[in-house]
Amino acid sequence: MTTEFRLAIGAALGRERVRANIRRAMDGLVSKRAAAFPDADERERLRDQGEAIRGESVARLPELLEELERSCTRNGIQVHWAETGEDANRLVLDILRRAGATALLKGKSMVSEEMGLNAFLQHAGIEAVETDLGELIIQLAGEAPSHIIAPAIHKDRAEIAALFREHYPDQPPAERIEELTALARRVMRKRFRGMTAGLSGVNFAVAETGTLCLVENEGNGRLCTTLPDLHIAVMGIEKVVARLDQIPPLLTLLTRSATGQPITTYVNFISGPRRPGEQDGPRTVHLILLDNGRSRIRLDPELSATLRCIRCAACMNHCPVYTRLGGHAYGTVYPGPIGSILEPQLHGLAERGEMAEASSLCGACAEVCPVRIPIPRLLNRLRFEAVNAQADSPTLGHGSRRLAGQAGLWRLWAWTCAHPRIYRTLTRLMTALRPLQPTRIKPWTDTREAPRIAGQDLHRLARAAGFTDRL
Amino acid sequence: MRLHVGSPPHFQPSGTIGAPGRRNERRLVRGRAAGDTVDRARTTEHQKMPNTVYFFGTCLIDLLFPRTGLAAMRLLERAGLQVLFPQGQTCCGQPAYNAGYRDEARRVARAQLDAFPESLPVIVPSASCAGMLKVHYPLLLAGTADAARADAFAGRVVELTDFLTRVLDLRLTDLGPPIRVAVHNSCSSRRELGVADTTMDLLRRLAQVELVEPERAHECCGFGGTFAIKQPEISAAMAADKTSAVAATGAAVLVSQDCGCLMNLGGTFARRGGGPVIKHVAEFIWERTSHDD
Repeated sequence: MTTEFRLAIGAALGRERVRANIRRAMDGLVSKRAAAFPDADERERLRDQGEAIRGESVARLPELLEELERSCTRNGIQVHWAETGEDANRLVLDILRRAGATALLKGKSMVSEEMGLNAFLQHAGIEAVETDLGELIIQLAGEAPSHIIAPAIHKDRAEIAALFREHYPDQPPAERIEELTALARRVMRKRFRGMTAGLSGVNFAVAETGTLCLVENEGNGRLCTTLPDLHIAVMGIEKVVARLDQIPPLLTLLTRSATGQPITTYVNFISGPRRPGEQDGPRTVHLILLDNGRSRIRLDPELSATLRCIRCAACMNHCPVYTRLGGHAYGTVYPGPIGSILEPQLHGLAERGEMAEASSLCGACAEVCPVRIPIPRLLNRLRFEAVNAQADSPTLGHGSRRLAGQAGLWRLWAWTCAHPRIYRTLTRLMTALRPLQPTRIKPWTDTREAPRIAGQDLHRLARAAGFTDRL
Repeated sequence: MRLHVGSPPHFQPSGTIGAPGRRNERRLVRGRAAGDTVDRARTTEHQKMPNTVYFFGTCLIDLLFPRTGLAAMRLLERAGLQVLFPQGQTCCGQPAYNAGYRDEARRVARAQLDAFPESLPVIVPSASCAGMLKVHYPLLLAGTADAARADAFAGRVVELTDFLTRVLDLRLTDLGPPIRVAVHNSCSSRRELGVADTTMDLLRRLAQVELVEPERAHECCGFGGTFAIKQPEISAAMAADKTSAVAATGAAVLVSQDCGCLMNLGGTFARRGGGPVIKHVAEFIWERTSHDD
């Protein structure tokens, strides 16, 4: 069946330049990660630790969130709860309107992408200004992120230079990477001046201390969260961790898995608004906790492992499907392996279930996941839920992809394979009718020759060669 | 990338294999006759070894590549084992399992449990199918009346190259001319069973074989069972890249422990023209070490 997703895949596979850009970038990230973990034992110990810490976060989510709210409130951070992306958008807008802001500086945040915040604010007459270099590039191009930590990774230097020439004609032309980043810095610095509101994501929030952790490499995140008088942080509820001492192992796992860095250039620990006597920092800090289906995902003891994710993107960097398609073909906020388990759960199997099928289950993702999410196993589980018609599943849209004809074929297949005599009769028949085997079996033979049925099956060959059946 | 052909690294057994456990617990079973071109290495003298094994042929080999199955069984037989081929075996059930049809997969799984009743090792010439039997049967049948049976069965399943290398420690006398061979390890062998090294290890025992590994050896060939049918465009793109990498090695033969990968890569090579001869590792080894082929 040629679905929208498959059409997008076909188009993505045809874009040679984008494919080459993505492949080159992913190869770079893969080798950087490998170099960042020279000691396999240490890496595996860290992954165990990461799994345990994030497992605790998911298991104790309700109480940790309440503790986070208390701690943040104590620190002077105003905490808001949003059930849906729409709710979160409205909260942001209310806060901005009360503060009289007409524009919003934005640090990189995937949750804000999930909310569709930029479009929402634009509709409300508020300009969202992306300050992350990658986000700026795709905002200029009118595109969505193609990768969760490197949103413009599908573009090469020449494309970015052309984009800057078009949008910043008054700037001296830039071609080299240093010139391009310098140009972006000049342009962005001007934008920072006089802005009254900034928004950021959150990498981790510490329940016991009410601390928001934010990692970044460009300094724009720190500017967004300290320069304007108002800072709004948005986070998915699963990003909470219990204790401050759990942060160092998570940070080292995150940065080494993501970019191969021992630590990012900037690590921000935000513990509240400017205190009396302090020279800088926002006067007001808001934290918006977004659920958007996460508490439903948590209900399933197996699929809840999805929520351990720390968004390092190592799974996509290593995925043979993602590295050939790039993020845009998925048409979702979260692409690649993590997207293929998260999106069908967030939006339902009816709408996004096909993502779970777009995997050869090769396991490259699970092999590198810093918190050991068993992604292939969860993909298998989602494929089951997609055709599971029973009523007691918490997974959204379970059973929605069950087609009567397909289910009937599998039943027939199972009946055949569960009855050896019938199976043997069938294979014997197929070997006998071998000359009639079609040479075209779509879609297999679109790109390959079909394998030929053997003249005699192994059951018969084995018997003829004297291999006995039983002791 | 050219591999250094040297002494194989030290291996840990990859899992429990029914009765035989660690190497030093095995007892002696000699090869069938003196002068066999293949024999067990001397290190097996104090090892406890099964006399009889089951062979699970896999449905793919059954219908499309039976010569591979026969070659694997002959290798086992030549090493002095009695090889049983239960006529009641069919398919491991993985196609339905990975398509989400667990009830149907369970039904097929139970039939395989019935077909291999004795407490004997079950040798499987495919890491993918072995992974299904060994890793997924216990998950699939957990909480059912067959849970204990599935656990015990899983404990007896051994992938073929793993068995030939780590249990039999097979000695091979290479009778063929010098040849360059590319190895493709399936994702199941690499990431599910952790036996990706054993195919290389086995082939290193053939004196005249020069081993090469294609670029991006760790990457999936794009088969993935129903994936190749449900997402044919990505699957084909992956197969195209893999065949290019294999072709670039200049190898005369492409060998793997999984016929799924070989069917995918062989089919792609056949369409694009040229490329190496495609062979399952068992068939390749059998042909290189036996007089009668």
